Amino acid sequence: MTTDTKKIILNGRKIVGGCAEGEALVTRDTISGWGGINPANGNIIELRHELYGQSFKDKILVFPGAKGSSGWSTFFHTSRLAGTAPKAMLFNVMTTKMALGAVVTHAPAMTDFDQDPIEFIETGDWVKVDADNGIVEITKKR
Amino acid sequence: MRLTDEEKAMLDGKEGPAVQKAMDLLVRYGEALGAEKLVKTNNVSTTVVSSNPFMRDFTNKYGFDATFSEFNLDSQEVVEIPTVKTHSCQLITSLDAEHWETLGVSRDRLELTKNQEIYNGNLGIQLMSTCAPYQVGNVPVKGEVCAWMESSAVVYINSVLGARSNVEGRESTGAAMLTGRIPYWGYHIDENRLGTDLIDVEWDVESMTDWGLLGYYAGEVVGERVPVLSGIHHTPNMYRVKHFGAAAASSGGVEMYHIPGITAEARTVEEAFGKNKPQFSFKFGKAERQKAYDHLNVSARDTNVDFIMLGCPHASIEQVWEITKLLKGKRINSSTQLWIFTPRAIRQLADRNGYTKIITDAGGVLMSDTCPAIGQVLPKGTKVVATDSAKQAHYLPAIMGVQTWFGSLEDCINAAITGKWSGDLR
Repeated sequence: MTTDTKKIILNGRKIVGGCAEGEALVTRDTISGWGGINPANGNIIELRHELYGQSFKDKILVFPGAKGSSGWSTFFHTSRLAGTAPKAMLFNVMTTKMALGAVVTHAPAMTDFDQDPIEFIETGDWVKVDADNGIVEITKKR
Repeated sequence: MRLTDEEKAMLDGKEGPAVQKAMDLLVRYGEALGAEKLVKTNNVSTTVVSSNPFMRDFTNKYGFDATFSEFNLDSQEVVEIPTVKTHSCQLITSLDAEHWETLGVSRDRLELTKNQEIYNGNLGIQLMSTCAPYQVGNVPVKGEVCAWMESSAVVYINSVLGARSNVEGRESTGAAMLTGRIPYWGYHIDENRLGTDLIDVEWDVESMTDWGLLGYYAGEVVGERVPVLSGIHHTPNMYRVKHFGAAAASSGGVEMYHIPGITAEARTVEEAFGKNKPQFSFKFGKAERQKAYDHLNVSARDTNVDFIMLGCPHASIEQVWEITKLLKGKRINSSTQLWIFTPRAIRQLADRNGYTKIITDAGGVLMSDTCPAIGQVLPKGTKVVATDSAKQAHYLPAIMGVQTWFGSLEDCINAAITGKWSGDLR
């Protein structure tokens, strides 16, 4: 580790257990499932979305929460079966869409953080998620 | 989460493996939400059809029980699905079996849909096949505990009717049908139904277009909170609130709203907020209306229109009638297609009233059971769409990669006849 590598720890509540690590993909926009993502490649397809055209496949997805159609869970469920799901999901606002979607995606998921993950995590940061113990460790990319 | 003895027995498999899997999913889901318990429900709106290509491949490979197990119960083990416990209805599906050739779907897909419909009917699911079941017989009463999918329907039954549902998903409604339970959370709890944000409506909202624009604006500014509209001077009819809620549930996640004196749970602004103080206040004036219109038309550039889509959420009989008044004796342009979507039960009424004939004579098609966004079907070669639905204008560019104009019904019919978009915000 170089001396300028900074680590940040966040604590939160487990939604789906397990551990994962990977590169973060962060957005301040809520995400739609049906009409918002393409489960075939994990791309965000909503036209005015900040992440339009980017894929969450194998990323640690950090976002405010879910919006839109009740197809949310089905689309994230399908992304799991298609092998394009995020490695983990960290979010702020709990809704039924969000909870069910996280549960059926099976990837580690957390919410109710002591500090806002969207403030502390930037796209490209390396993030370790230990949902069982409610811990997120962030290594800044710079 | 606290479970009753009956619920524990279901979780222990006393009612068979499918009910066990259903209860297991409800416990995982309820705990994710932080729910303290489950609540009984006897009214479920769901989808059990294989609506996208991925799911159709899955069903063709593994069968209907496997599809229900995976996609409606999140069970990787295939369990035999018993008759459902609750009053349940099928929401919108992926094709209209009467117009499958016009829709351009394959015979294989038609056969799969028909066989799946027989399977679903045998489970005891009412095949209403519409995004708006409250138009064709599933009309929950005030206070009724429901477990519904379809964001546009949930916001309608919560707000307009005073029934109680969160926006559920395919898996949670699958589990609810087999157990008669759903997590007690969100809009099942009195205090969560109170208003959180005030929208002062300065524009004199009356037309269907304005109700759509107001809804689209409301969803953008309140997200998933509960808006209270003040300044509404014209009582909207059913299709206006249907359009408003669908728009608010597309740009945001609105599941409940109040229009004091009009919707079910508030006679006054004070009653709508109860013990809450408004978290945020917004106004809907000329500028906000224009902004919502511009956002809805963000994808549209080309004024040559190929396809006009009406009926999202599925048109009421009043809407079908209004369409026929504009179409009677007219002929749509040879370069455009006009498809209108309504529940099948309403199409039968339209047949009987002679409306279907007026539409067909003009060159349009009255369809049921599906819509372009859900069925992922458009007339061949469609690049530019026009619609009077804010929800469809929001989703079609993303789902189908087409330009979409949003405007009034008159603008849309005009485009169908001339082949050109000349709509504007008036």
